[in-house]
Amino acid sequence: MTVPLLELVGIGKTYPLTQRLLPRLLGHRHDHAAMEDVSLSVPRGGVLGLVGESGSGKSTTARIILQMEQPTTGTLRFDGTALTGLSDAALRPYRRRMQMVFQDAGSSLNPRKTVGHLLGESLALVGVKRRHRTEHAVELLRRVGLDGGLLGRYPHQLSGGQRQRMAIARALAVGPDLLVADEPVSSLDVSLQAQILLLLMELRDRLGLTMVFISHDLALVHHLCSSVAVMHAGRIVEQGTPAEVLRHPRHAYTRRLLDAVPRRRTRGEKFKPQEERCDG
Amino acid sequence: MALLEIEDLRVGFPVGGRMVDVVRGVSLTVEAGEAVGLVGESGSGKSQTALAILRLLRHPGRIVGGSIRLDGQDLTQADEATMRQLRGGVISIVFQDAMSGLNPVFPIGVQLTDVVRAHRGVSARAARDVAVETLELVGIRNAAARLGQYPHQFSGGMRQRVLIAMAVACHPRLLIADEPTTALDVTVQAQIVSVLRDLRQRLGLGLLFITHNLDLMAEICDRAIVLYGGMVMEDGSVGTLFDAPKQPYTRALIECVPRLSDRAGDLRPIQGASPVPAELGDGCPFQPRCALRLGRCEIKRPPLVPLDGHGVACWNPVI
Repeated sequence: MTVPLLELVGIGKTYPLTQRLLPRLLGHRHDHAAMEDVSLSVPRGGVLGLVGESGSGKSTTARIILQMEQPTTGTLRFDGTALTGLSDAALRPYRRRMQMVFQDAGSSLNPRKTVGHLLGESLALVGVKRRHRTEHAVELLRRVGLDGGLLGRYPHQLSGGQRQRMAIARALAVGPDLLVADEPVSSLDVSLQAQILLLLMELRDRLGLTMVFISHDLALVHHLCSSVAVMHAGRIVEQGTPAEVLRHPRHAYTRRLLDAVPRRRTRGEKFKPQEERCDG
Repeated sequence: MALLEIEDLRVGFPVGGRMVDVVRGVSLTVEAGEAVGLVGESGSGKSQTALAILRLLRHPGRIVGGSIRLDGQDLTQADEATMRQLRGGVISIVFQDAMSGLNPVFPIGVQLTDVVRAHRGVSARAARDVAVETLELVGIRNAAARLGQYPHQFSGGMRQRVLIAMAVACHPRLLIADEPTTALDVTVQAQIVSVLRDLRQRLGLGLLFITHNLDLMAEICDRAIVLYGGMVMEDGSVGTLFDAPKQPYTRALIECVPRLSDRAGDLRPIQGASPVPAELGDGCPFQPRCALRLGRCEIKRPPLVPLDGHGVACWNPVI
């Protein structure tokens, strides 16, 4: 059996809510469990869709995968190596093999640097010589469907769709094996969402990129992903192929998510949302 | 007479010494009690249209032409005192971002009763009763106890309900909801839509629902107006708009949305990017991205004309 590229085994992450020192020393602790016993596995070339509402622990999972945070319990394996517990220096070679694309490309690109400069920084990290950087940068832009003429532009001179493509190009600059995309299209216009989704599908097919795609939009996940995990209150409540999970949901929470998606209803079918909890 | 009648509205912003129109001759009507969807992507002019109705355009933007009539009264000519009476009293708006719509340093009860007292001139006690009643109307239970709480003590969905309560506390005749659910989770979005639908029935509100989400719009509206590049592209009942869109943009917009019912991977994006207002020429704004483009689409802007019960602005409509 081949080793999955990414494997999370029993990952838990708790954040202390009690900030003051004395009560903490006395053992009065209040912890918030952002993730509990999360186990996931993504084979090389697979695309895992992570769905859930805000607060469900999706983004915490992303941060842990990228080792931006250490889990409280459990093990994270990347290409067979346990990353949890490794020193910063030992982690370095793995960092370039995993990259992230954020929801808001506008705030993840330095506004004072040009597209060429931003891509050049990443290319320098992987040892591309200065004289070859422009050529590489143009190639990266072409790969994400942008024109090489944009190299001299600043992020604010790009449209929303172009900025998100640029953020993807930058992530690709270091030649990662794994791309974690946290709500990459939810701030884009509807007519652009499908464009970016098609780009990600093309990268998956052409570069064999492995992806973790985080979204609250089940329809996007259905198009792009080879497997889906539904998160609720820090736990994975359901996992499987998109067809299984989205067509035959077993967990009540998954059904609730699916029911909330606006769609054209058959005659007589009522749009019945669940009530929100009203605890103060 | 329609509740709201907008005719040939133009809103412009000065750019490099000349006025650039971002709303370029929009005409629409909302009947009393009717729910109308205003659908468009960013830059289509939907929010500027909404702000123009309330005369809340941010300087230096201004109304450069056309009329906005509410019960026959032209709001473009109304003085500021009249507008203050109308805002919150007759026309209300709910914005996308519920956090910045509420003042973080005052309890919600204060903010709600302010609206009521300003418009109805009632006692503090009576205003409080109205506040409680309105919060219950938008589905906030135990409302009396929550009046003393601050905005940060509410979840995103609950905050949006509070804003809706503020907007409808004085029983306006027209409620403008500008992307009221965009910042919310799908399950909460569904709740907010059902609150709006419920209010519409109970209070007989006219609703102008602004969104970029066609499917969501269809959950609540009777009629839809599709905007693109500051122009009305199509205006028709929701059912026929979905079943038989006439404007190529409407059709492309319906088809480009990734849906659960699609075959996986079958996506039909609209190629190209949304137009920049300053770069729009005399032709149809969608023409550079349009599959059915003709020679004259580039030269002359198509007028909005009736076609099979729709209003359609296109030289080469879908048959």
